[in-house]
Amino acid sequence: MDLRKINRLLCYIVLILLSILCLFSFYLLIVNSTRAHSQIQKGFSFTTGSFFKINLKNVLDSEELPVVNGIINSFIVSSASSILATYFSVLTAFSIHTYEFKFKRLFFTFIMMIMMVPNQVSALGFMRWMGKLDLMDSLIPLFLPSIASPIVFYFMLAYMQSNLPKAMIEAARIDGASEFRIFNQMVLPIMKPAIAVQAIFTFVSAWNNYFIPSLIIRSTKNKTLPILIAQLRSADFLKFDMGKVYMLIFLAIIPIIIIYIILSKYIVRGVAVGSVKE
Amino acid sequence: MKSISKKKTKSISYSKWGYIFLIPFFTIYIIFSLIPLISTFNNSFFENYMVGLTQIGPNFVGLDNYRAILFDSDLPKFALNTLIIWLLGFIPQIIISMTLAIWFTSARLNLKLTGFFKTVIYMPNLIMAAAFSMLFWALFSDIGPVNNLIVALGHEPISFLQSVNGNRGLIALMNFLMWFGNTTILLMAGIMGIDNSILEAAQIDGANAWKTFWHVTIPSIKPILVYVFLTSLIGGIQMFDVPQVLTNAEGGPNRTSMTMIMYLNKHLYSKNYGLAGALSVILLIITAILSFIVYRNLTERAEK
Repeated sequence: MDLRKINRLLCYIVLILLSILCLFSFYLLIVNSTRAHSQIQKGFSFTTGSFFKINLKNVLDSEELPVVNGIINSFIVSSASSILATYFSVLTAFSIHTYEFKFKRLFFTFIMMIMMVPNQVSALGFMRWMGKLDLMDSLIPLFLPSIASPIVFYFMLAYMQSNLPKAMIEAARIDGASEFRIFNQMVLPIMKPAIAVQAIFTFVSAWNNYFIPSLIIRSTKNKTLPILIAQLRSADFLKFDMGKVYMLIFLAIIPIIIIYIILSKYIVRGVAVGSVKE
Repeated sequence: MKSISKKKTKSISYSKWGYIFLIPFFTIYIIFSLIPLISTFNNSFFENYMVGLTQIGPNFVGLDNYRAILFDSDLPKFALNTLIIWLLGFIPQIIISMTLAIWFTSARLNLKLTGFFKTVIYMPNLIMAAAFSMLFWALFSDIGPVNNLIVALGHEPISFLQSVNGNRGLIALMNFLMWFGNTTILLMAGIMGIDNSILEAAQIDGANAWKTFWHVTIPSIKPILVYVFLTSLIGGIQMFDVPQVLTNAEGGPNRTSMTMIMYLNKHLYSKNYGLAGALSVILLIITAILSFIVYRNLTERAEK
């Protein structure tokens, strides 16, 4: 009995230490985003300061970094990606799930095959081809490709197989509904839980994406947040107000953490379902 | 009779909707992925770069770019860097994730607050890698808070970002923090899927916890372990954001933290399309082989 208690105590200690390791850097981020440059230079602190508003104002008004534009661009790209990826992945999954047609197996196998191809390996062609299409320095190539998201498709298909009986579709047809109507008014509502989980994941990964945007975006007004952060890194940091540096990181990270805290139950469940299902 | 025949003709006409609903996916895939992929292949066979302001090529050179990138470049060094940094993150990750997964699923331990702990350890996975890396750079710089703390505790400051181990260690630490929660959740799902009767049978046979783990748990979740290992390796090959931002694209002292994708990115920026193309194709082939093993591993499991 006693041994078990000691065991358990040991587990809790390790878990608490790991949690601290996970949270410590974000804690320092929050602390330092509330302190003035001179305070940060002076040394370490565990308690927050009173410069949060001033740092925020400085970052948002900053002339060398168009932060407000960056937030807006990141938000446009992430929202559009998440809407397009979820809607069209459900549509693609619906096609494979519902209909019988020639080469269906082939299409499915093809989508599974391209699932693991990282987009870095076609980045060269992507860059040059976007130049030819006159889409260089545009936000469109950052979100339009989400229509073809094999991983989201696979998740939707798995969810559909256990939640959308074909008899329901038959019934709707007998009632005279068109295929488009069946999809938009019956299938989409049934898929809501899966759509919610995948919408969050695609939003977050688009929000965090750095490699492709950094190759496509040139002009200051179109930059997204990750590009601004990398740009800040390459600036001469001795000239920089560290309060502003921490505040920019804060703006890039904290919205995602807030979304996560609100929806963590669904997200953590989604991880296991998405990756291990069958 | 009439209604049956009507239904039959209708069910035939439905199949066209299968194609129609696939149109958006494949149109977008062809425009934004397939054409770029083919173009990348194509570029890899041409000499095409800039010397100052002079454009060389494009001239067809066959496999010269492959020869150049494999034998006359620092790619082997960068591949080794990538592997070392990946291992530095992955080894602690798999050990700790395995331990946590067993603790969280153990009925004997019956830990409380597992939901809370899972939420906390998964969180870094959703953080913007570029911002996370920038944060670590600020925290671990020579005059940053971590060194302030070290000095306040009466030690000499440590130049993390000027040393090889410091850079590699920090990148590995970030990768570890970003992925061990995810791995824990995957392994938990695997362990919870083990048939309870096997575990009970092992206990009746007098197997202790360690033996049960080694002879029952590990073999039962082998497919998930393989999945975790290979997807992590594929992710490791793609390592970019964290080292790029931490080392400001330079790869740390003597480029010891330069990864393969950072090298690719350098060629893309300097418009050396031939070498960038060859490197892309090599990375694609490695990834394809690893993915194929994952796929076979998963389908074998489904068939069992």
